[in-house]
Amino acid sequence: MGAPTPAPPASAGAGARSGALEAVYLSPGADIDSFRAAARRLAGRGVPPERVLWSVGEAPGLFGMEPPAPADDAPLNLPRGVAAIVARVVLHSDSERYALLYDLIWRVLQGERRLLEVSSDPLVHRLERMAKAIARDLHKMHAFLRFRRVEGSDPERFVAWFEPDHHILGAAAPFFVGRFRSLHWTILTPEASASWDGDTLTFGPPGRREDAPAQDGFEAGWRDYYESTFNPARTNLTAMRAEMPKKYWRNMPETAAIPGLVRQAAARTGAMIEREPQMPVKRNPARAVAAMADQAPDSLDALNAIIKRSEPLVPGATQAVLGEGPLGASIAFVGEQPGDQEDRQGRPFVGPAGQLLSRAMEEAGIARGEAYLTNAVKHFKFEERGKRRIHQKPTAGEVSHYRWWLDRELDFVAPRLVVALGATAVLALTGKQIPITRARGPADFEKPYAGFITVHPSYLLRLPDEAKAQAYADFVADLRRVHELGLSLAA
Amino acid sequence: MDEMLAKKLRILADAAKYDASCSSSGAPKRSAAKGELGSTTGAGICHAYTPDGRCISLLKILLTNYCLFDCAYCVNRRSSNVQRAKFSVEEVVTLTVEFYKRNYIEGLFLSSGIIKSPDHTMELLTRVAKSLRRDHGFRGYIHLKSIPEASPWLIEEAGLYADRLSINVELPTEASLERLAPEKDGAVIQHAIAQIGERITQAKAEKRRFSPAGQSTQVIVGADATTDEALIRKSALLYGSYNLKRVYYSAFSPIPDGSSILPLKSPPLQREHRLYQGDWLLRYYAFTPDDVADATEDGMLSLDIDPKLAWALKHRARFPVDVNAADREMLLRVPGLGARAVDKIIRARRHTRLRLDDVARLTSALKRARPFLIAADYHPAGGLTDRLDLRARLADPPQQLSLF
Repeated sequence: MGAPTPAPPASAGAGARSGALEAVYLSPGADIDSFRAAARRLAGRGVPPERVLWSVGEAPGLFGMEPPAPADDAPLNLPRGVAAIVARVVLHSDSERYALLYDLIWRVLQGERRLLEVSSDPLVHRLERMAKAIARDLHKMHAFLRFRRVEGSDPERFVAWFEPDHHILGAAAPFFVGRFRSLHWTILTPEASASWDGDTLTFGPPGRREDAPAQDGFEAGWRDYYESTFNPARTNLTAMRAEMPKKYWRNMPETAAIPGLVRQAAARTGAMIEREPQMPVKRNPARAVAAMADQAPDSLDALNAIIKRSEPLVPGATQAVLGEGPLGASIAFVGEQPGDQEDRQGRPFVGPAGQLLSRAMEEAGIARGEAYLTNAVKHFKFEERGKRRIHQKPTAGEVSHYRWWLDRELDFVAPRLVVALGATAVLALTGKQIPITRARGPADFEKPYAGFITVHPSYLLRLPDEAKAQAYADFVADLRRVHELGLSLAA
Repeated sequence: MDEMLAKKLRILADAAKYDASCSSSGAPKRSAAKGELGSTTGAGICHAYTPDGRCISLLKILLTNYCLFDCAYCVNRRSSNVQRAKFSVEEVVTLTVEFYKRNYIEGLFLSSGIIKSPDHTMELLTRVAKSLRRDHGFRGYIHLKSIPEASPWLIEEAGLYADRLSINVELPTEASLERLAPEKDGAVIQHAIAQIGERITQAKAEKRRFSPAGQSTQVIVGADATTDEALIRKSALLYGSYNLKRVYYSAFSPIPDGSSILPLKSPPLQREHRLYQGDWLLRYYAFTPDDVADATEDGMLSLDIDPKLAWALKHRARFPVDVNAADREMLLRVPGLGARAVDKIIRARRHTRLRLDDVARLTSALKRARPFLIAADYHPAGGLTDRLDLRARLADPPQQLSLF
């Protein structure tokens, strides 16, 4: 613990202020560790900015430098924003950066705790601009760096040469890791290099342009794309140069096309404008145009084929479970979604709840084979827990994904009465969330068929035993009314 | 890359370039896990700029430029004599992945001419997105141009793979659509936009993934007689009632094989620019559509001054505004003060009284702002109402609006 007892900054007397200059030496590049240690030491001793001389050493590079001595001075108590701007601005190539940052730290410690909020302050303004320059340099490196594949490499290896304005390689590299995690790559810069082997990011010595491959098999295609996507009628070189300054061009293969594109732009546009409209050389494909109108499925089978080959719109599901029953059935039952058994067998209402429904239908006098049975959601949504597949209730959005199919399906079946089993079915048929207990009974779905709302049979399975018998009796009573309604609608 | 694929790429990139949108913004930040490829950044990245000053962020191509539709403004209409080509699903996937690995692009923006039927075409587009996600662990950005005439369930599926879905309004009025795009139907377009909007809102509330970067659209400017005011009102409706993320304005541009019912001329680029500014006022400056309409003359935004300045000149009595006292809403109305500058002003003035020099450090457009504000050491001399020449002093110097 060699540090002298720091004098409280506020009371740092004329002695400290008028003393000799203190020299601080830092490594080239972004030497944040040495800067932090020095700032702690100096601020702790109350050394004002005008007495500090910050010099960046002549050492050959980031590597081969001694690591900075462990800082044993007390950390400075700084607002979080100050630490953030320090971390950014040390990356800047301006040799004044450390002096400016110490200025900031000093003023904040002297009592201007919220100094960073005053963007109009000349120092804050300058530091903000430097931080912005870093952000831009990082952004441009993420944008304009081009990888070339090392020919014959397996696994594929990519190398890029890039020349940033500031000391940003370390700050820029994590972006490439997050993006190209499954590839192996190296980024070479004049100051250092960074490599990713699919597992670890390492930094190494400076690279040279000629260490990167001289070409890449996709570059010609990329240049073709660049040329083709340019619209000569909108030529605006100022806008291009503002966003993609010339200094970047030499490392971007596509920019070789720019002079040619610019040279020809005027002629190309003029030719387009002056050209007389041409008659179509091909005859009008009238039949194909007319045939477009016939894309809608024209039968339940055609619709079912579409549902079968579509991806599940809910997570889980091994196959779509289609509706079952005769076309023209007078009653259609709509459940929530297939369950575990239904998903395995590919048929609706064959699991425990389905069996209960069959029993109740029979007691109510409805022949299951004469009714149409289907679900609002055509796929089993579940979550795997161990070996068990746990049913997940579909969300309102997921029910909406499936509504189109249910609507068309019922159009084809054309029942007189549709029974919504449970809240999901009601939502699918009406688009509204309606509590079952209140709406139970005949209902108006604003559809060409009559409606009826009752509980889903799986609800009965979940009830405690003492409530089951009564609930089941109520359910059968509902189905009896359904049966009667069905008959009266047929009459 | 073989020559056949390169040739298709040239044709199908050329055919796609009239869509103004190329943004890769709005997707939630994500990055590749082991074995995956790609990430998204939130704001998006422009990987290159072409000499038209436009950003290349995505590989923007058509799956095919064969098309059964005959939209007069479109280079790919069935009656056009342009060269045609068609990619296979695998070819688009390969191009996307290989370009992505070389850091050329943020992802894919895929659109298509209508072949066989809207459903068939939409299924192909979705297959590309699905293959990228499923077979290649692709986590980069995917923007699918949806086909409003396709069956609605196809949109439900597309949203599971895409970061952004869009459907182009193309022409702002029903009458123009009927005249220039006979196969299109405004009601069908509106319906599909509503469907996507509703699903995005639901998925967001349920924390599910469905077109997480939202929905955008494009309107062509200058192919019909619609005024700027009507365009801005249409956009306000799309932002308000349909929850759109972006409306793109695309100045009608000469195309290689023009139609006889739409004579070609240079694209109205400055008008397009003013529309974007008006659009920004709606989205970031708390202007109502009426306010923007107020900045027009006979429904058109001035070409020589920006719409915010035009509004301020019409409402001189509400200025000058004191930067040390005015509320945010009024500061946002000061020409030359951007939203970021206003936030900085509000933050800084809690600690200091701002002088004109201070304001100069917070905005890059002090010249425009100056006549409209009061600072601690500054008051615009003479009052604004006396300065009849103010507009002329602040207008852009007359510029060569034609191309060369």
